[in-house]
Amino acid sequence: MGMAAEAQFHVLAVDDSIIDRKLIERLLKTSSYQVTAVDSGSKALEFLGLNEDEQRKANPPSVSLENQQDVEVNLIITDYCMPGMTGYDLLRKIKESKSLKDIPVVIMSSENVPSRINRCLEEGAEEFFLKPVQLSDVNKLRPHLLKGRNKEDQTINNKRKEMEEKHSPEQRIKTKS
Amino acid sequence: MEVGQMQRQWVDYMRSLFMEGFLDDQFLQLQQLQDESNPDFVVEVVSLFYEDSEKLLNDLTKTLDTKGTDFKRVDAHVHQLKGSSSSIGAQRVKNACIAFRNFCEEHNIEECLRCLQQVKQEYCFLKNKLETLFRLEQQIVAAGGSIPMMELSF
Repeated sequence: MGMAAEAQFHVLAVDDSIIDRKLIERLLKTSSYQVTAVDSGSKALEFLGLNEDEQRKANPPSVSLENQQDVEVNLIITDYCMPGMTGYDLLRKIKESKSLKDIPVVIMSSENVPSRINRCLEEGAEEFFLKPVQLSDVNKLRPHLLKGRNKEDQTINNKRKEMEEKHSPEQRIKTKS
Repeated sequence: MEVGQMQRQWVDYMRSLFMEGFLDDQFLQLQQLQDESNPDFVVEVVSLFYEDSEKLLNDLTKTLDTKGTDFKRVDAHVHQLKGSSSSIGAQRVKNACIAFRNFCEEHNIEECLRCLQQVKQEYCFLKNKLETLFRLEQQIVAAGGSIPMMELSF
């Protein structure tokens, strides 16, 4: 196949229901996404590379350790009602994490509770899907994934610029990104 | 019976399941996700549903039997069953769960026991119906035919 210009998007799905996990996995694979499905918020954070210490701390480490993500995740889709860590708790932890806050998060719920929906959107969720999730919902994910990729490219370019300026402070080489 | 006849029988049976409210559109969504690369998707999801439901129903039976019923626990189980039945399009099971949850909220043990019976009954009906449906499907496939695609509107 050779070098793919764009790698497949990788979605992390979080749901305590085995039936719903199978469903969301199939929906996502049908849309050509790579999928990892886990059954809890804490397993999700583990997968994302957030170790327990960081999970406990309210604040992320002041020194950004770029080794966090061994696996790249482009979007997280999570159920709201889960025992232990709810989808909302997971959302908050992701948004509080320096390394993870830019990953788009989508919440799913079987219950249509406007205050719940608003809370999630205010906390930074991109979308809120009512269960059962359909193919038409999954189609709404693509723009969030593409936006994330563009942001990522920008971040990489900015970092590159930063590095270059750091190493040659005298010569302010203006590079175009 | 030749394939065409079997397929027509399948369509009629599916139609009746919808008319009688056993299944809703979500079941059709599941069928749409089934293809050559995932030919057993619907059966696989339904099998998971059976496993999950039977566990929940057993637990509910135990929990509602003892004195000092933990209604929070009962509600959590019914919520889970409602969710999974909704996910596979098991409409009557889902509706029975909704009624059940209302009585959980009221802490009405008598009505909860009645609801549990109702949910169990609906679950049994559904299981029988789906077994018939899947048997028909097996026969069609064995005869070299393919399972028809249901239209989304009747």
